[in-house]
Amino acid sequence: MSDRAGVGETPLAVEHVDRPELRHHFADVVQQRNAASLGMWVFLATEIMFFGGMFCGYLIYRRAYYPSFAAGSRSLNLVAGTLNTAVLICSSLTVATAVRASQLGKRKQLIGLLFATLFFGIVFLGIKGYEWHDEYVHHHVPTFYFSAQDLVHDNPNLNIDPQATKIFYSLYFALTGIHAAHMIVGIGIFTVITIMAWKNKFSPEYHTPVEIAGLYWHFVDIVWIYLFPLLYLIDRR
Amino acid sequence: MADHLARADHSDHSQPSEHVVSAGLYWLIWAILICATFLTAWVATVDLGIFNTVVALLIATCKASIVVLFFMHVKYTSEKMTKAILISAIFWLFLLLFLSLSDYATRASG
Repeated sequence: MSDRAGVGETPLAVEHVDRPELRHHFADVVQQRNAASLGMWVFLATEIMFFGGMFCGYLIYRRAYYPSFAAGSRSLNLVAGTLNTAVLICSSLTVATAVRASQLGKRKQLIGLLFATLFFGIVFLGIKGYEWHDEYVHHHVPTFYFSAQDLVHDNPNLNIDPQATKIFYSLYFALTGIHAAHMIVGIGIFTVITIMAWKNKFSPEYHTPVEIAGLYWHFVDIVWIYLFPLLYLIDRR
Repeated sequence: MADHLARADHSDHSQPSEHVVSAGLYWLIWAILICATFLTAWVATVDLGIFNTVVALLIATCKASIVVLFFMHVKYTSEKMTKAILISAIFWLFLLLFLSLSDYATRASG
């Protein structure tokens, strides 16, 4: 450890007139960027625990009521689920390349990629909404009109408990619903980022908001990467 | 401290050193992720016994790993704190899942 006496001599609290984006409590832009990135990573760690609790509940009930969970899973729209996974991966590509465009200071490319991200995000929610409507029509939403009789009828050889399929659908709607809420928040964040890019707020020296918003978006993509096999692909043999 | 000196060194340059990943690599990652998505949907229709779930989670973990490493720049970051937070978050998740499931799996009613 070298002594920290030298720190006090450096003009830490000087307003950086030439760099309006640099807040006065940071020594330089690198420290400011690392602090912002660290904050987002800590937030994502809490998000892992948040989704982790629901994943844990899912695994426990899946073990206990496997045939009912498998039947519930088979009733989900596999084509829509696969398509939505692909849509989210495309959105992650546009986010990653948007961060790259901001690093290189390519404003037009950045704005285009941010619009593409918003487009993919909205397409994802549209497909998800279509699926939810389908499940609502089939009385699979676990409310007053819930019915799993079609599943019992379709799987006469399996020991299907309508109450257990209700648990599957409850977990399905909770997990996809909270994931969709994260998507809506992500679309909100990226709308702000797009406006900031439009107003030319970013440069190769300063593009931290694009970067940390990107971290959030990729995280939401990763949650879906796990939700897809766990919800849609329990038993498709 | 060493990192303070490193920061002081950075501030002399107008552009902070930061890894810019080539666009081609991003497209390659995208192609791998798309292929893995269709692979996991197809392999679920093949009867592998209990290994269907194992393969599905293995593919998902591979996909998540390359998203974290390349799209989220963890492979290129020099910040050890990012990696420490990521590893501890995964560790706590494993603790949650492993302890809960080992409890339920060893119960008579389980």
